[in-house]
Amino acid sequence: MSADTLLEVRNLKRYFPIRGGLLQRQVATVQAVDDISFDVRRGETLGIVGESGCGKSTTARLLIRLLEPDDGTVAFDGRAVATSDGIPVRELRRHVQMVFQDSYSSLNPRCSVEDTIAYGPSVHGLAWEAAKARVREILAKVGLDPALFAARYPHELSGGQRQRVNIARALALEPKLLVLDEPVSALDKSVEAQVLNLLVDLKRDLALTYVFISHDLNVVQYMSDRVLVMYLGKVVEYGPVESIYANPRHPYTRALLGAMPSMDPDRRGEHATLTGDPPNPINPPPGCRFHTRCPYAEPCCAAAEPRLAADASVSAHYTACHMLVPGSGHSAAPRIAA
Amino acid sequence: MSASGLSEAAIGRRAEAAVSRAPGPLVRCEALTVRFVGREGAVHAVNGVDFTLDAGEVLCIVGESGAGKSVTLRAMMRLLPDHRTQIAGRITVGGKNVLALGRRALGDLRGAEVAMVFQEPMTAFDPVFTIGTQIIETVKRHDGLSEHAARQRALELLEMVQIPSPARRLDSYPHEMSGGMRQRAMIALALSCRPRLLLADEPTTALDATVQIQILQLLRRLQRELDMAVLFVTHDLGVAVEISDRIAVMYAGRFVETGSVRAVIRAPQHPYTQGLLASTVHGAMRGRRLEAIPGAPPNLAALPPGCAFAPRCRYVETACTTAVPPEVWLDDARMARCIRVTPGQSE
Repeated sequence: MSADTLLEVRNLKRYFPIRGGLLQRQVATVQAVDDISFDVRRGETLGIVGESGCGKSTTARLLIRLLEPDDGTVAFDGRAVATSDGIPVRELRRHVQMVFQDSYSSLNPRCSVEDTIAYGPSVHGLAWEAAKARVREILAKVGLDPALFAARYPHELSGGQRQRVNIARALALEPKLLVLDEPVSALDKSVEAQVLNLLVDLKRDLALTYVFISHDLNVVQYMSDRVLVMYLGKVVEYGPVESIYANPRHPYTRALLGAMPSMDPDRRGEHATLTGDPPNPINPPPGCRFHTRCPYAEPCCAAAEPRLAADASVSAHYTACHMLVPGSGHSAAPRIAA
Repeated sequence: MSASGLSEAAIGRRAEAAVSRAPGPLVRCEALTVRFVGREGAVHAVNGVDFTLDAGEVLCIVGESGAGKSVTLRAMMRLLPDHRTQIAGRITVGGKNVLALGRRALGDLRGAEVAMVFQEPMTAFDPVFTIGTQIIETVKRHDGLSEHAARQRALELLEMVQIPSPARRLDSYPHEMSGGMRQRAMIALALSCRPRLLLADEPTTALDATVQIQILQLLRRLQRELDMAVLFVTHDLGVAVEISDRIAVMYAGRFVETGSVRAVIRAPQHPYTQGLLASTVHGAMRGRRLEAIPGAPPNLAALPPGCAFAPRCRYVETACTTAVPPEVWLDDARMARCIRVTPGQSE
C-alpha cells in the first residue's frame, strides 16, 4: 500500500438474500456489490457514478461499516478494518463519516441541531460543554449562524439548511474522510450550487478526502479527481476524471455520458444511446453484466467476465471490457502482438 | 396501421377533431390564482399566471420546488381538492371554460381532451388492477368500445410506446414492471383517448439517466405524430431544453420569464433565470467556483410585497420591494417580469 492511499478496498462483496414462501427459504440473491477493488488517495475526491441498483449506496455503507461485507477487506490508513490487529469499527468511525441523501430522515426529529451535532463527540469522550463549544465552531464553518440555528429542530429548517446540519454532524468528529452519498440530489438547483461550494471550501480548509457518490454526471465531473463507474455491482471503468469524460472506454460509460441533456436546443439527441432499463440486480446476467444492453456484445461477452485492465495510453485508467483485451475472443479486440 | 400504432378509425376521428378545432390557441389561461386555505392561514401557491398554448406546441414550466408548477398543471384539469382550494381566473381548453364545468362535463374532459402523466407511475396506477384493465376501462368510458375492441386498442397503445412483448404486458400488474416500463405504460394510458392537451408533471424525474432520455424522445416523437399540445413541468433546465418549444420560468407562483427555448437559454433576461443557468453545474466549470443564488425560495404563506425574488436578487433596488413588477414584453413571444428590462430591447 502506497503512502498516499488513505482507504484501500479489495475484493469487497455483499450479497443480500431474498426470502420467500412459507418457510422463508432463500429464493434468490441480490449481488449488490460483487468483488470490487479500488483505492482512495489522501486529499482527493473519488466520484462514484451509476444508475439505481448499481451498488453505489451499498458500497458507501460497506466503507463505513453500516453493513458487514460478505467477503473482502477495507483498510484505513494501512490498518485493516475490524480485524484483530487492525482498526476497530468504533475508531474507524471517528476518521470516516457519512452524509446521507435524505437530509430529513437522517436527522432525529426530536433532537435540536446542537444535540445532533454534539452527540458524536460526546459519545467519543468529549465533555458535553466542550462538545457544545465545538458545535458553535462547526455551525459557523458550514455557514449557519450558531445563535440562530443551534436551538432549532429539523422541521424548522429548509432542505439546504438541513443538509448543512448533516455535513456539520459529519465534521464534528474531525474526520479525515467523508463519504457523501448523493448529498445534493434532493436539493433545488439554486441551493445545490451553495452546498457544492461549501463542500469544496471545507475540503480545502480542513484537508479532507471525499468519496462522492451521485447519479448526476455533471456534479461528479465538477467535484471529482478520479471517477469509478459502477454497473450492477461491478466496477466497469475507473480512472482520472479528465480521461473518463474525454475518452470513455467502456460502452456503458459512453452510453451514460451520451444520455446527458446537452443544454443546447440545437443539439437535441435524436437517438437514445441505450434501450431498455437497467436489469434487475437479482440474478444478474452471466459474463459481462452489461452484455444484455451493449450494442457491441458478442458471444464471448456472455461466456466470460471481463477483468479490469489498465489502459496502454493513459496510466491508471482501468476498463473492464473484452473489446480492449487482446485475445479475449471479441472481434473488436486488439490483436496479440506476435 | 400508422407508425404511431393508431388504428384507421382512430386516425379518422383525429381528422374530424382537427376540423372542428376552434381558431386561436388551444389553451388560454388568464390571471390564474390558486390559494390553499388551512387553519394556519392561506398558502399563495399561484399568484396570477397568464399564458396561451397553441395546438401541437410544447410549453415547459421550469422552477424549483414550491414555485407553483404542479399546482398550475393540476388546475388545468381541476385535480386540486375542491373544499380547501380557492381558484380564481379563467382557464379555457378548446373553448371550454374548465373552471365552470359540472361534474359530468369534467369527467368527459379528463382523459379524453386533457390527460396527465405523473412523476411517480407506481402511485398513479392502481396497484390491484393490471395495466391492461386500467387502459381498457378508460377507453370504454370515453370511446364506448366493446371489451374486445378496447383490448385491441390497449395492445396498440403499448406497441406505440414501445413496450416489449405488449400482449404479455397487458396482464402485468404495475409492481411487475420496471420504472421506465411503468412510465411508458402511464403514457399509453394518458394517450389512450387521443387527448389534444397532455399535462406532464416531472415524468422523468424518478428515472435513471439512460431511461430518462428514452422517455423524453418517446414523448417528443408521440407529440409530433399525434400533434398534441404538451404542458410539461420540470425542475431540470436540461430536460426542458430537450423537450420544449417555449419555456416559462416560474418563481413563487408567477411566470417571471417566458420565451422560446433558444431565447431563454441563450439570453436570459430575469435575474432569477440568469442565476439558475449560472448555478446549473456542468463539466466546463471544473475548478471554478459556482455562482450560487444566495438564500432560499420564499415562504408562500408570507410573500414579500414586491418582486418575490427581490430578497435574493443582486440587482435589487427600492422599487423592487414596493410593487410586483409588471410583465415587460420584449417582443411578441418574449416576456420578463423585471423592472430592469425595458420593452422592445430584445437581442
